[in-house]
Amino acid sequence: MPTKTDIQADLAAIVEEIAGVSAADVQPDKEFIADLDVDSLSMVEIVVAAEEKFGVRIPDDQVKNLRTVGDAVDYIDTAQA
Amino acid sequence: MSGTRVVVTGLGATSPVGGDVTSTWSALLAGQSGVDTLKHAWADELGCQIAGEVAVDPGDVLDRVKARRLDRSGQLALVAALEAWSDSGLAGTDGPDPERVAVAMASGIGGVQTLLNNYDSLREKGPRRVSPLAIPMLMPNGPAAAIGLTVGAKAGVHTPVSACASGNESIALGIDLIRLGRADVVLVGGTEAAIHALPLAAFGQMQALSKRNDEPQRASRPWDKGRDGFVMGEGAAVLVLESEQHAQARGARVYAEAAGAGITADSHDIAQPDPAGLGATRAMRLALREGDLSPADIVHINAHATSTPQGDVAEAQAIRQALGSDVDRAVLTSTKSMTGHLLGAAGALESVATVLALHHRVVPPTINLEDPEDLGLDVASTRRELPAGPLAALNNSFGFGGHNVAVAFRTA
Repeated sequence: MPTKTDIQADLAAIVEEIAGVSAADVQPDKEFIADLDVDSLSMVEIVVAAEEKFGVRIPDDQVKNLRTVGDAVDYIDTAQA
Repeated sequence: MSGTRVVVTGLGATSPVGGDVTSTWSALLAGQSGVDTLKHAWADELGCQIAGEVAVDPGDVLDRVKARRLDRSGQLALVAALEAWSDSGLAGTDGPDPERVAVAMASGIGGVQTLLNNYDSLREKGPRRVSPLAIPMLMPNGPAAAIGLTVGAKAGVHTPVSACASGNESIALGIDLIRLGRADVVLVGGTEAAIHALPLAAFGQMQALSKRNDEPQRASRPWDKGRDGFVMGEGAAVLVLESEQHAQARGARVYAEAAGAGITADSHDIAQPDPAGLGATRAMRLALREGDLSPADIVHINAHATSTPQGDVAEAQAIRQALGSDVDRAVLTSTKSMTGHLLGAAGALESVATVLALHHRVVPPTINLEDPEDLGLDVASTRRELPAGPLAALNNSFGFGGHNVAVAFRTA
C-alpha cells in the first residue's frame, strides 16, 4: 500500500499539472482554494484525476470537506484501505 | 456618414503562414502557401486530406495552465489578442479605462474540438470523465471572454456569429461600438480551430472542399479555372480599433482608418450565394457610403474568393456591380490562396492584410492563378505596389446563411 507520503507526492503532481501550483507548495496544511488558488472547476478536475490515479471514488458531496491537502490525502488513504 | 473616426492602432495574428503579424505578412508578400497534407490518422479516410494548420502551435507560446483551460480556438485568439494589445501600446499599467474597453471576437464554429473530444470521453469513460471546463471551453464566446479577462475589458464582450462572415462582422460591430460612444477601444477579430475529422467530413459532404490531395500547396486557387473547392485553414487575427480622439491623445501609431462597414443578407439560400451577387453588391455599397467613399477611391479589394466554383464568380459579379466603371482601378487579391479558408477568422486575418496593404502600399499576390477565369477584374498574380496619396480598400467576407459583410479601410 502506498504511504501518505506517496499519496501526497502523487496528488502534488496532479495539482501542479492542473492548476500550475509548484508541487513543492502542495503541503498538508495548505488549503486548496485559499492558499493554492485552485478554483472550483480546477478542484473538480483534481478530484477526477485523483480518482483515476488512486482508484478511489470521491463523491461530489465529499469534495467540500476536502479543504486542505491533508484532508484529501487522509480521505484517499482511508478510501484505499 | 459623419461621426467619430475609428482608427486601427494594433494588429495581431497567428495563421497557417506565420505565428505573428510580421511573419504572416512576409509570407503573404512572398506568395508562400501554408497548406499541407494532414498527418493525423483520422484524416486517412477523408475526401479532403489537406488543410492550413497554424505555423506555430499556440501551446508553444502560451502559459501551459492558461492554455489547457482554453479550446484551441481560444488559445489562438489569445495569442493574436496579446500581440495586438502589445502592438497598440495600450498594454501595461497605464492602460485605458477598462470601462471604455470592449471586445468583439468572432468564431464561425466555436469550440468544436472540445465538444467532440468530450463526447469521446463521455462515450468511452462515462459522464464523470467530461471536463468541468468543457462548457466555458466550447461556448462560442469563450475566446472573446478569455481576451476580455486578459486585457480587463469591461465595456462589453461580444461574439458575432455569421459563419465565414463572422470576422468581418466583429469589425463592423467594433466600429459601431466606438461610433455609438459605448467604448473608446475595441479589440475585434475572429478565431477558428475546426481542423478535425467531423467538420472536414461535413464540408466535404457539402462538396465544398478541394480534393487536390496530391498537390496541397496548389489546391487553394481562387479565380483559377482549375479550382475545385476551398481548403480549410485555422488561426486567429485581432485588430485594436480606437476612436481617433483617444488614439491622438496618447500619440498612438495609426495603421489605417476603419472607415465603415456594410452588412446585408441574401435571403436566397442557406448555403449557395445569390448567383447575381446582389447582397454582396449592397454590402460593398453600404460600406462605401458609411465610409464617405466613392467607387473611384477603392484601389484594392481583399476578396472573399474562397476557390469554390460558384462563389468566386458571384463575388466577381458583385464587385463589378458595386464599383461600376471604376472597378479597373482596384487591384484584387485572395489571401486564401495561401492560408486556406479560416472560416470565422477569415475576415479578421484578411482585414489585417488589407490594413497592411494600405499601410505599406503593396498588395500580396494571389497564388496558383495559372489559368484565370476571365472576370473583368484586375487580380494581382504577383505582388503589386499601390500609388501614393490617400487610398481606400475593401475587405469582403460572406458566410453560409447568406451573410455579406464588407469593411472599408482608408489610409491614415
